[in-house]
Amino acid sequence: MKQKFDIITSTCVPLPLENVDTDQIIPARFLKATTREEKFFGDNLFRDWRYHPDGSLNEDFVLNNPTYGGEILVAGKNFGSGSSREHAAWAIAGYGFRVVVSSFFADIHKNNELNNFVLPVVVSEGFLKELFDSIDANPQMQVEVNLPAQTITNQATGKSEHFEINAYKKHCLMNGLDDIDFLVANKDKIEAWENASR
Amino acid sequence: MNTLFDKIWDAHVVQQVEEGPTQLYIDRLYCHEVTSPQAFAGMRARGLKCFRPDHIYCMPDHNTPTHDQDKPIEDPVSKAQVDTLAKNAEDFGLNHFGMMHPKNGIIHVVGPERGLTLPGMTIVCGDSHTSTHGAMGAVAFGIGTSEVEMVLASQCILQARPKTMRITIEGELGKGVTAKDMALYMMSKMTTSGATGYFVEYAGSAVRNLTMEGRLTLCNLSIEMGARGGMVAPDETTFEYIKGREYAPKGEAWDKALAYWKTLKSDDDAVFDKEVKFDAADIQPMITYGTNPGMGMGITEQIPASDGTASFEKSLNYMGFEAGECLLGKKIDYVFLGACTNGRIEDFRAFASLVKGHKKADHVIAWLVPGSWMVDAQIREEGLDKVLEEAGFAIRQPGCSACLAMNDDKIPAGKYSVSTSNRNFEGRQGPGARTLLASPLTAAAAAITGVITDPREFM
Repeated sequence: MKQKFDIITSTCVPLPLENVDTDQIIPARFLKATTREEKFFGDNLFRDWRYHPDGSLNEDFVLNNPTYGGEILVAGKNFGSGSSREHAAWAIAGYGFRVVVSSFFADIHKNNELNNFVLPVVVSEGFLKELFDSIDANPQMQVEVNLPAQTITNQATGKSEHFEINAYKKHCLMNGLDDIDFLVANKDKIEAWENASR
Repeated sequence: MNTLFDKIWDAHVVQQVEEGPTQLYIDRLYCHEVTSPQAFAGMRARGLKCFRPDHIYCMPDHNTPTHDQDKPIEDPVSKAQVDTLAKNAEDFGLNHFGMMHPKNGIIHVVGPERGLTLPGMTIVCGDSHTSTHGAMGAVAFGIGTSEVEMVLASQCILQARPKTMRITIEGELGKGVTAKDMALYMMSKMTTSGATGYFVEYAGSAVRNLTMEGRLTLCNLSIEMGARGGMVAPDETTFEYIKGREYAPKGEAWDKALAYWKTLKSDDDAVFDKEVKFDAADIQPMITYGTNPGMGMGITEQIPASDGTASFEKSLNYMGFEAGECLLGKKIDYVFLGACTNGRIEDFRAFASLVKGHKKADHVIAWLVPGSWMVDAQIREEGLDKVLEEAGFAIRQPGCSACLAMNDDKIPAGKYSVSTSNRNFEGRQGPGARTLLASPLTAAAAAITGVITDPREFM
């Protein structure tokens, strides 16, 4: 939480599935917690893909494959669709991911990641495909995500791509600030709006 | 030359953050027990009070059991979450309709039916199906828990302005085709990400002719196309629905509100970022065959050939279906009528009209869950409970229930459930559960035959 963001260079965990919904990221039965225990949510990230119904490890799932690791999750398009549960972002952060790369994110989940200092990086379909290929060819290959420069670099191919983030949110991530700090400092403006719209 | 969305959004802009999002004023925050506790904890940690407590309404709905609500919740973890909401509402001075309160129910059913949701409002809730409220002519969208905390603290939220899309559906709906089928049809054409980044306005004669309940169902499912929200311009249907409801304006305030609401429509020359058109005549009763709501088809059609992706194969494998298969006649195990999608009085009327004079198939377990106590009361007032009982169905107590199975209404692994809810994701209705989304009419037909059935056979 509120970990300042700068440049991250890491190996990646590939999840080349499309339309990964937040029910898969964290199933509803784990939403009953009343506190933000990131470890609890992280331990249950992709719970029903990580474990068989009898509780044993599903060794075919990428998180259980020791070949892959790192702070960057690379996922197929339309990542985080469905439920607005922020628990999904807590689970991703709690597991230790700091960046999620995809060619397309669902709106609410993307905001949730940003609000938890996890950076969603939108890349082109071509860049994503090549990234999956690079990871497949060499799981130890690294990717550099440079927030100040707004670039992502596939170090296996040397190719870089620019990614979008608004200047305000970039400032927040780089300085460990959140939206509530901003809003609470703006109460006079809110009251002025209320008075004007009566 | 503004769209309906523009008019409401622009009227709520407190400020535009430089090179950043919009600070948007929120008229109504709804809180349920699942996505709010960490927001309240954050408020406490920062030593903040709610900025506008009278704008905020809380009610538990996800964890509430659908039986014996007068007794304590058996699951201690669910109970703790429901109790936490009650305590937070009390500590922060917020309106709270607890379990067994006559105004309790699914938050997206209660808001409109009590007149808390009104045209022209901005509405948020830590729940993606907040899009439902757009049916009343409001800008309503789901948010995360950090954003709930923003609204608790400041009655504002920071949001990027979405693009606008108009989906026009002209023509008359055929026999047995409902708002649910319209939505499932659109999703099957547009996919679950087809409207991501957009706020949708639904227009056209097929939308205009929907009842308020139908529009609520339609807007509810906007998020399943990825849309930020969906809305319908308020009209006589809307005004008629709102008039006299408990929290709706009365007397002079009503006249003033009505005059404003009548201005809430897209100008004739309004420009949308995207326009999509559908023909109502192309829609038949729909059913889903896969594990996202965009994987739907007409009930008489065959499952399409694989698109070659790992996701598609995984999906059919999970469902136990094969490409090219028609689902008619396939045995099912459970039927669920309810949820913020189809838990309103009209849905119970539709279900009852179809099962009237028939009997529930012996092997089918049917859960009929009203969206609120108000819906429950109306079911009884109209005598629908008798019709349903004679056909072998019992009515449960209100809540989200088997839509996401956070209470004990879970579909067992491997079982097939024809469900009027909104999501058929893997494990949504319980680990391993196989969900087929459909309308209340299609669910009713399956409940009496025990197999997937075209509801038009009974109409």
